Amino acid sequence: MPAITFIHPDGKSDRIETSDGESAMQAATRHGLDGILAECGGNAMCATCHVYVDAGWLARLPAIGDNEDALLDGTADARLPNSRLSCQIMITPELDGLVLRLPERQV
Amino acid sequence: MSASSSPATSGTSGIPHLDVDPFAMNFFADPYPTHELLREAGPVVYLDKWNVYGVARYAEVHAVLNDPATFCSSRGVGLSDFKKETPWRPPSLILEADPPAHTRTRAVLSKVLSPTVMKQVRGRFAAAAEQRVDMLLEQRSFDAITDLAEAYPLSIFPDALGLKPDGREHLIPYASVVFNAFGPPNQLRQEAIERSAPHQAYVTEQCQRENLAPGGFGACIHARADEGEITAAEAPLLVRSLLSAGLDTTVNGIGAAVYCLARFPDQWQRLRDDLTLARNAFEEAVRFESPVQTFFRTTTREVELSGATIGEAEKVLMFLAAANRDPRRWDKPDSYDITRRTSGHVGFGSGIHMCVGQLVARLEGEVMLTALARRIARIEITGEPNRRFNNTLRGFDSLPVTITPA
Repeated sequence: MPAITFIHPDGKSDRIETSDGESAMQAATRHGLDGILAECGGNAMCATCHVYVDAGWLARLPAIGDNEDALLDGTADARLPNSRLSCQIMITPELDGLVLRLPERQV
Repeated sequence: MSASSSPATSGTSGIPHLDVDPFAMNFFADPYPTHELLREAGPVVYLDKWNVYGVARYAEVHAVLNDPATFCSSRGVGLSDFKKETPWRPPSLILEADPPAHTRTRAVLSKVLSPTVMKQVRGRFAAAAEQRVDMLLEQRSFDAITDLAEAYPLSIFPDALGLKPDGREHLIPYASVVFNAFGPPNQLRQEAIERSAPHQAYVTEQCQRENLAPGGFGACIHARADEGEITAAEAPLLVRSLLSAGLDTTVNGIGAAVYCLARFPDQWQRLRDDLTLARNAFEEAVRFESPVQTFFRTTTREVELSGATIGEAEKVLMFLAAANRDPRRWDKPDSYDITRRTSGHVGFGSGIHMCVGQLVARLEGEVMLTALARRIARIEITGEPNRRFNNTLRGFDSLPVTITPA
């Protein structure tokens, strides 16, 4: 199964194995990762699973939907060009090795 | 109803039939033994009392919520099937709608209640919470429902909507009618609808554009009509959704949180030690008490769910509260733990109909609990809490408490 890496604001990183068909958010919460809240449970309604995508990976992700785009305007930490909601990043074999940086805060 | 009755499996379907009434007063008084009975009887059950299917385990509740094409909302999210009965009021354009109609109206309310908008109102909501605590500290002994759980949302939400000062006393009674009306034709529903006329008249009037203050959530909904996202005729009905579901739900959510924190002093102390837990303490109260207990869906086709076959045009009752305490999903489900990872609970629903006002609710809960915990050392329940019975909502009529200043 593909593995992805979350880098915390303090530089510490967690590499986690994903399961078939899950999103980066689901993988993070299943492993109890601090830094991803996902208050709405993955329904793209709350903007509390915000991540910054490592430069090399950005273009390889599916495009941002209108809904996600609007929600990203309301993230607690600054929205940057590489901001995404991790609930909208479905992990496929091509994303093995994906690196996501966590913001300072989600609310 | 008898919570001890053992389920009887009938005929060919293999679906257990249960003789329980989840809309009866004795059920409301203590729903938990029946929730367990419903969960343990099977993934899908049949309730003979109302001729509906029921799901009470987390997996099946989540599955039904996330398959709106099969389990639709346009035929009503209460027991009444809109294809067979005339709804008691014009159907909601968002709650009682399916895609693609729902997609359009939902987008409007999502925008009006977005994270960006919450950032703008946060300061105001937090200041009002502090003012409320000022008043409570003067009172020391008070009713945590009237003086806190109701008073706080009433001090901010109608203003945030842009409502006129007059007539706001209709808001909570109107919501009570709406949530009772999702239930079966029992006494609660019948009496609620019989008494609903003045509340309906008030709400219908306030939803009109000229009665909503500029800049409020209501005016913002009407402004989307100018953009062509909805029609001018649809805007008042979308404002009505906020009036129906935006107040009583948060009253019961905040009431639940205060009740939990007063009952479990160790959790109150944890919150006092780390105020950043306030938001999750509220969220966990929504899981633990589930202010919205149930909703129905209607099947659009024959469907197999966890081995059970449900025919077309059948009502399916989702026990959100039972799913939120399903031991298959939650560790120590009957413990109120403010550090729990609550993500995934269905207290706000899930899927395309998940509560569109969830961000408002969380914001109110977070700033209220933060203000309380910062300035109050202890909350003690000083009298018997009285439940307020409603076909859908779980909450209190009164919760007498005494507080000790920090």
